[in-house]
Amino acid sequence: MNAEILFEFVINVLSMGSLYALISLGLVFVFGICQLVNYAYGEYITVSGYVLYFLGVFTNLPWPVVFLLGILAGVAIGFFSELVAFRPFRERSLDALLVTSFAVSIILQRLFQLGISPRSKAVPVPAFFNLNIQLFGVITPLRNLLIIGTTIVLLTVLVLIMKYTTLGIAMRGASENFVTARLMGVPANLMISAAFIISGLLAGVVAIFWSARTGSVEPMMGGTPLLIGFIAVVIGGMHSLPGSVLGGYVYAFISNVLSLTLPSSLLSFRDAFMFAIVIAFLVLKPEGLLRGNYQEERVG
Amino acid sequence: MESKSTFTVKGLSKSFAGLKAVDDVSLQLETGEILGLIGPNGSGKTTLINLMTGMLEKDSGQILIDNHNIGEMPAYRVPFYGLVRTYQTIRIFKNLSCLENAMIGALGVGTKHREAAQLAVALLEELGLGDKIELSAQSLTFRDQRLLEIARALAAKPKFMLLDEPAAGLNEEETDELLSLLKPMPHSKQVGIIIVEHDMRLIMNLCDRLHVLNYGRTIAEGKPEDVRNNPEVVKAYLGSAAHEQ
Repeated sequence: MNAEILFEFVINVLSMGSLYALISLGLVFVFGICQLVNYAYGEYITVSGYVLYFLGVFTNLPWPVVFLLGILAGVAIGFFSELVAFRPFRERSLDALLVTSFAVSIILQRLFQLGISPRSKAVPVPAFFNLNIQLFGVITPLRNLLIIGTTIVLLTVLVLIMKYTTLGIAMRGASENFVTARLMGVPANLMISAAFIISGLLAGVVAIFWSARTGSVEPMMGGTPLLIGFIAVVIGGMHSLPGSVLGGYVYAFISNVLSLTLPSSLLSFRDAFMFAIVIAFLVLKPEGLLRGNYQEERVG
Repeated sequence: MESKSTFTVKGLSKSFAGLKAVDDVSLQLETGEILGLIGPNGSGKTTLINLMTGMLEKDSGQILIDNHNIGEMPAYRVPFYGLVRTYQTIRIFKNLSCLENAMIGALGVGTKHREAAQLAVALLEELGLGDKIELSAQSLTFRDQRLLEIARALAAKPKFMLLDEPAAGLNEEETDELLSLLKPMPHSKQVGIIIVEHDMRLIMNLCDRLHVLNYGRTIAEGKPEDVRNNPEVVKAYLGSAAHEQ
C-alpha cells in the first residue's frame, strides 16, 4: 500500500469517524443522565436539516447564520421535546420513557411528511464545502477537513466544560448516580435539560455535515444516523462519553477497512458484515470498549 | 459564634405494602449534638434516614430544620437547608477524582467553583486524604472511600449530617480512627450528627443521646447509660447480643 492510499484512508476514517463520534456522543449524553435510549434523536437531526433547507432555499442569509440557526433548531427541539414529552413520564418508568421517545420520533416524522413533503428536498450546500483540497497528494473535499476540525473544537470545549465547570462536574456526578447527586443538591431538571440541550446541539452540527454529504433532507433521514449512533455506542460503551467517541472512530475504521478489502461482489453486503461485527461485540464485550461508570444500583 | 439550629422530626410514618417500616417516630436534635440511632436489623433505621432526607416519600409526619419544613421540599432542596447524609453502602462517584467528589458536596448547595475547590481540599486534608486529591475515587481503599463520603457531606457545610453505618466494613483500628475524627466534629463544624451504627463501642463512646427503634417504633430515648439499662432495649436488642456472647 503506498503512502497516498494510506493517507486517503486516514482522512476518510477521521472525517467519517468524527461525524459518527458526534452522533453517538449526542445519544450517550442523554443516556448517561437519564438512562434513556432516545429514539427521537434521529429526528433532532432531521429538524435541523429542514431548517438548513428552508433557510438555504428561501433566504439569503450568510452561511454562518444559516448554520447557527440550524444548530439552534437542534438545541430547541432537544430542549422542548424533553420538557413536553419526556418530563411528564420521567417519574414513571424507563419503559414509559422509551416508548415516549418512539412516539416523539414517529410524531415528528409524520409532521414532516404531512407538513413539508414525503419526498426528499435538495439542501443547498455552500460551495466551499465541496471545494477539493489537495493535501499530501490526496484530493479531498474541504468538508471532510471541516468536520474533523469542528469535532476537535467541539470535543475540546465539551471536555473543558465537563471537567472544569460546576455544571460539568455535577453532570458527571449525576450520570454516575442520579439519586445521590440529587441528595447533594444537584437539581434533576437542570441536569436533564442540559443533557438534552447538548444532545440537540450535537444533532444540529451533525445535520450540517450529514445533509452536505447526502445533499438532501427527507422525513425519514434520521434513521440512518440513529442506527450508526447505536452501533458506535455498542462498540464504544453505552456508559462512557469517551467510549462513544472512540466507538464512532472505530466504526468508521471498520467500515473503511471493509470497503477496501471486500471483493466488489460482496461490497453491497458491507453493512451485513458491519452488523456481524456488532453482534460479536454484543456477545464478547457487551459493555463496549470503555466500560465507563456503569454500576448496578443497590439499595440497602 | 453561630446560633444553634434544631432538627425536628414529628410523627413520621411510612408503610410498605401494609408493613409499618417507620411508625410514628419523633426526635429532636441540636447542632453540636450526636444522636445515636440504634435498633435490631430491620427496625427501620435506614428507612427513617431515607425519609428524613426526602429520598423516600413519607406517609405522614413533619420534618423541620428550625422553621423550614424540609419534609415538603423536593430532595435536592434539602441540602440547602443544611441536611446531608452518607450511605451504608458507599455511594461516592467512583469515576470522579476525590477532589471532584468533595466539590460536588459544596457545588450542590451553590458554593462558587473556586471556593468549593478550596473547601474540598481543606476537608480532604483534614480527613487525611490530602495526598489522594487527584486520584479517582474508585482507586481508594474502602476506609478512604468512607472518609471521602464524609468529606463530601461536610463540603455542603451542613447543619445536620446523617451517617448511615459509617463503620460498616471497617476493622477495629479503623473504627477507632473514625471515632476520633467524628468526636470533635459537632463543635469544630457546628454540626448535629445522627449516626446509625451496629458497633456498640463506637455508639457508646460517641453519642450524647441514643434513640432506639424496634419494628419501626421508638422504644427508648435518652443518655447511653440509661438506654443501656432500659429493660425493653435489653430485651429487643442488646439482650439478644448479650445472649449470644
